[in-house]
This record gives sequence, C-alpha cells and structure tokens, in this order.
Amino acid sequence: MGDGRETFYSVIRRQGITRRSFHKFCSLTAASLGLGPLTASRIAHALETKPRVPVIWLHGLECTCCSESFIRSAHPLIKDALLSMISLDYDHMIMAAAGHQAEAILEETRAKYKGGYVLAVEGNPPLNEGGMFCIDGGKPFVEKLTSMAEEAMAIIAWGTCASWGCVQAAKPNPTGAVPIDKVVTNRQIIKVPGCPPVAEVMSGLVTFITTFGKLPELDRQGRPSMFYSERIHDKCYRRSHFDAGQFVEEWDDTNARKGYCLYKMGCKGPTTYNACSALRWNGGVSFPIQSGHGCLGCSEDSFWDKGPFYDRLTTIRQFGIEENADEIGMAAAGVVGLTVAAHAAVTAVKRLTHRPDRPADKGKPS
Amino acid sequence: MQDRAQKLLAAVDAAPTARRRGGVVAYIYAPVRLWHWVNAAAILVLSLTGYFIGTGTPATWGKASGSFLFGYIRFAHFSAGYVLSVGFLLRIYWALRGNANAIQIFCVPLWRGCFWRELYHEIRRYAFLTVEPERGLGHNRLAQLAMFFMFTQTITFMVVTGFALYGQGAGTDSWQYKVFGWVFSLWPNSQDVHTWHHLGLWVIVMFALVHIYAVLRDDIMSRRNFPSMK
Ligand code: HEM
Ligand code: HEM
Ligand code: SF4
Ligand code: SF4
Repeated sequence: MGDGRETFYSVIRRQGITRRSFHKFCSLTAASLGLGPLTASRIAHALETKPRVPVIWLHGLECTCCSESFIRSAHPLIKDALLSMISLDYDHMIMAAAGHQAEAILEETRAKYKGGYVLAVEGNPPLNEGGMFCIDGGKPFVEKLTSMAEEAMAIIAWGTCASWGCVQAAKPNPTGAVPIDKVVTNRQIIKVPGCPPVAEVMSGLVTFITTFGKLPELDRQGRPSMFYSERIHDKCYRRSHFDAGQFVEEWDDTNARKGYCLYKMGCKGPTTYNACSALRWNGGVSFPIQSGHGCLGCSEDSFWDKGPFYDRLTTIRQFGIEENADEIGMAAAGVVGLTVAAHAAVTAVKRLTHRPDRPADKGKPS
Repeated sequence: MQDRAQKLLAAVDAAPTARRRGGVVAYIYAPVRLWHWVNAAAILVLSLTGYFIGTGTPATWGKASGSFLFGYIRFAHFSAGYVLSVGFLLRIYWALRGNANAIQIFCVPLWRGCFWRELYHEIRRYAFLTVEPERGLGHNRLAQLAMFFMFTQTITFMVVTGFALYGQGAGTDSWQYKVFGWVFSLWPNSQDVHTWHHLGLWVIVMFALVHIYAVLRDDIMSRRNFPSMK
C-alpha cells in the first residue's frame, strides 16, 4: 500500500475525484466535528500538503463490526476517500500481503515511522492461558499489541471491545478478555466506544488526527468530547414524550405505534454517551430508537452485564441474588417492617402483662 | 483550629458521662428540630418522586406538548434534593459549632469503652432483657449507630451520586458535573450510579421505619404526649 509520503489530495485526484467533491468533503467533515466554517479550508490545506499518516490497524478478539461501520462512512467520498486519506499500511482484513510479508510490514513501520504512525486497535486481547485464545502471526495477540503500542504516535481503541471489553468480556469471561488500556497502561488511549461506533465518528476522528496532527480533546473516560459529551437521551427526538410522562408499556401497544418514549421498555439512552441521536446511522437515515427499539447502551462500560435490555432497572447479580434494586429494597424493607411489627407486638404484650409490677415512672427518659 | 478540634473531641468523649436523668435539658435544640422536619419532608418528596423516576409513570394521553408530568416529578426531585443538601450542609455547620450532642450523628466514639457498654445495654433493652433505659441526653447508642451508618452515610452518598446524575443532565460543562463528575471514574457506566442511588432509597426507607417506630415506642413507653414530635 502507500508509502506514507504522498498526500491525501494527490491520491484522490489520481483516483479521479474532483476538486469540488474534495472541498465538499472538507466542509462536511468540519461541520461534523463541530468546527467553524474557516476550519474547512484548514482541513483542505492540510490534506493537500501533509504527507499521509501511516496507520496500523490491528484486530484482536472482535466481530469486525467496527471495520464494517468504517467503510460505510457516508461522506461524499465514502470509503475510497477514507482509505486514501490515511496510508493504511497494515490491516489483515483488507490487505493484499499475507504471511511473513505482512508481518514484516509491522516491523518496518515500527522502525521507519517511530513515533509517527497511528495504531488503531479493533478488538481486544484475551489474557488467560498466556493469551492463547487469540494467536495472531504465531504469537499471542497481546504481544503484538503492546509492541506496536510502544512506538505509536496515537493509539485508537475502536469500538466497545477495545474500549471496555464488550461481549467476549461478559461474565464469566472465560478467555480473560480485557480492554486495551489494561495492557497498554503508560499511554493515553483514545476510546471510540460503540458496537460499532457510528461511521462518521470514526472517520471524523481519523480526519481530525491526520489533519491537525494531534489528539482531540478527550473526556474523563478518554473519549473524544466532540462526539461523546452528550447522551442519546439529550438529543433524542422522543424526549418530549419522556418529559410528558408518555411511555410505551408493551412492544405492540398503541403507545408504541404513537412513538412514545421507550424508557419503561428499558431504553438506556439516559445513561449512554454516544452520537447516534445526533448523527444517526447509515448516512443519517435512522437510529435504533427511531426504529422503535430502545438503546442498549452499547457504547458504555459493561453494557453486556447491565441487563435486562428491556427493563428500566438493572438486575443485580451479587451473592447469588438476581433481582433489581426495587425487588431487593422491598424485600429488605419488608423484613425490617415485620421485625418492627413483631417487636411492637412483644412490647404490647409485655406492657399488658407487666404493668402492675412496673415501678412507677422509674427510668423514664428525661 | 487544632485547639478547637481537640476541645470538641474531648466534649464528644465527655458528653455521655455527663448525662443526667431528669435534669435540665442542657443543649440548644431548636435548630436541630427545625432541620429535622425540613429534612424529613425533603426525604419524603425525594423518596416518592425517586421511586417514580425509577419505574416511570402510567401513561398520560394527549399531545406531548400538553403535559409535563414526568418533567414535574423530576423537577420536584431535584428541588427537594437541593433543599436536602443545603439543609445537610447547615446541619454539619451546626454540628461543628453547636455542642457535643449536635455532633453525635456525625461522630461515633467507637474507640471508647463506655460506648460499647452503653450499646450493649441498649441492645439488651430492645431485646426485652432489661427495662432500665440508659438514655439521658442525646441519642441512645443504638440510635446513634443507626443514625451514623444508615442516615448520615446514606444521605452523603445520595447527595454525591444525586448531583453526579444531575450533572449528566445539566451537561458536562455544568458545575455539578465538574464537582461531582469523579463519581463516573468509580462507575464508568452511569447505569451503575442509578442502581446504587436507587438502593440508597431503600436504605433510607429502612432507617425511617425503624426510627419512627423507636421514637413512637419511646414516647408511648414514657407515657408522654409525643413530646418528641414538638
Ligand atoms: C413521624 C416521623 C418522625 C418522627 C416522629 C421523628 C422523631 C424524631 C425524634 C424524636 C428524634 C430525636 C431522637 C433523639 O434525640 O434520640 C429524631 C431524630 C432524628 N430523625 Fe426523626 N422523626 C421522624 C421522621 C424522620 C425521617 C423520615 C427521617 C429521615 C429519614 C428522620 C431522621 C432523623 C435524624 C437523622 C435524627 C437525628 C437528629 C440529630 O440529632 O441530628 N426522622 N426524630
Ligand atoms: C434521600 C435522598 C434521595 C433519594 C431517596 C433519592 C431517590 C432516587 C431514586 C429512587 C431515583 C431513581 C433511580 C433510578 O434511575 O433507578 C433517583 C434519581 C435521581 N436522583 Fe435522587 N434521591 C435522593 C437524593 C437526591 C439528591 C440530593 C439529588 C441531587 C439533586 C438527586 C438527584 C437525582 C437525579 C439527577 C436522578 C436521575 C433522574 C433521571 O434520570 O431522570 N437525588 N433518586
Ligand atoms: S426513548 Fe430513550 S433516549 Fe429517547 S427520550 Fe426515551 S429514554 Fe430518552
Ligand atoms: S442507540 Fe444505543 S445501543 Fe444503539 S447504537 Fe447507539 S449507543 Fe449503541
């Protein structure tokens, strides 16, 4: 693939993309990043002059939904543009090279672009049995990951697998899968959670890094603030029904047909930071809630263990119990209530039977 | 400062031994009473509205623009939350500048032998093994323990998690998020914060059950006309 010296602009021109569409792409990207109108020309300038950034894209335990999402980025230039914006030097899903030839690219990039390449990680390393559950190029994946992370300019954790662990880390997590920040501990990692992340979030982030040559502003959890500072709930178009107290009660009731809020059906929108309700999916066509299904919270830590997906309250699985907060609370309060009642009954009986002997006024509290 | 802290601790230590039965009530009670009822009212509102926030309301009809039911429930919760929090801060202030009895619910002298002796006695009293109450001024030891662990701790927890959740709605640039956002470093998925905040409701309910029972029982046993409610 590319040698990292060419600019993005020269590559797309060679592919026959017009200057006009190029500028359209730049302004749309600026808009989706929430940057001002002047930035569009800065993006254009950078893409015309800066050499393409080499990207190493590793795959651990994952389902490839992140790659699937990425290549569906809906900007005018779609996947061609994206794949030419960066110099995707290694990605075993879509690269031509194979075997030793492919593995050699890793070493080469690591040596040639020391501190200058972007490491994008899809999936995560399993640590049990010495990492045997994910062997890649004859070695446990975790080794490849940590060695490539050492010399990278920036490390991107694509999706919920790399960011939080995802389904393969669900209890009881037999392979010991961990998010990459558990093994790459000395570096800032950009987390782009979601299962998968929204395509425009991925391409927007790549554009930002390649254009400005720096990391975007990250929040407390290491996510780019420009895409993850609001919850699904904050921009959900059903929010007026939430505030009105109009909820879907059953999947096929009239309320569902009227498009009421899915809160009672377990929608995790109020606790999920992601861009779905703002950017939507498949080029802005729709997003889960618009299609009548609650948010599962797929971009949040351990969303896979915070079920059920269709109940408002999370089931608590501790000490062998499997109830939600209300069930546990009511049971405990019931026990306390019964104890109080029993105590009151004993008190009454004692008082009736002992009254004559009771020394008058003795020991009365002041 | 150091001096004052030491004096205060000494007073905490001394207070129980200085109790007298039937003596003059020697501490300033009114502010704590006033706080108590404001606090109890706020908690009543918070518990009811909190429960509805957790379960959702039965369906209302008509256009969404014509109704703001859930919005009002949440508004009531947040307003009562502010009242509770400000009251709690004032109560802490009062504990620091009031007398040793006012600090009882914040500071349990676990390190003192007489605390355990009195606690043992109180347990025996509630187990009907003795009738002699050892209660002088202030709370009895069992009550003090319950107040510290079930009330003071839980309310602190509820205020902190409550404001963290509030910060999510107010936005990541709000002061609530800036001050309490660290909660989400402990629980990266705020669904957990909801779950814990929700469990807190039930701890408060349990406290209230036992507390109100104990108070009523004491009033009846002492054959007074519910003096504690005044
Ligand atoms: C019918 C309702 C209630 C009655 C009659 C009542 C009565 C009392 C009485 C008599 C005391 C003083 C006990 C003593 O000095 O040993 C007290 C203290 C206290 N009560 Fe209540 N109470 C009620 C409801 C509540 C509720 C709902 C809460 C909160 C959940 C609450 C929290 C407290 C606390 C924290 C104290 C300690 C006050 C302090 O010393 O700072 N009470 N209550
Ligand atoms: C005794 C004190 C309190 C009780 C019993 C209480 C109870 C509850 C309950 C049961 C919930 C529903 C949790 C769920 O989602 O399952 C809730 C939510 C909430 N509470 Fe509290 N709470 C208390 C104090 C506070 C305080 C001091 C604040 C701060 C302003 C606060 C702010 C909130 C917020 C922001 C929510 C989430 C509302 C939403 O998601 O729409 N709470 N509370
Ligand atoms: S459908 Fe979900 S995200 Fe939308 S308003 Fe209701 S609870 Fe919030
Ligand atoms: S709506 Fe929720 S579950 Fe669906 S993709 Fe977005 S964040 Fe994930």
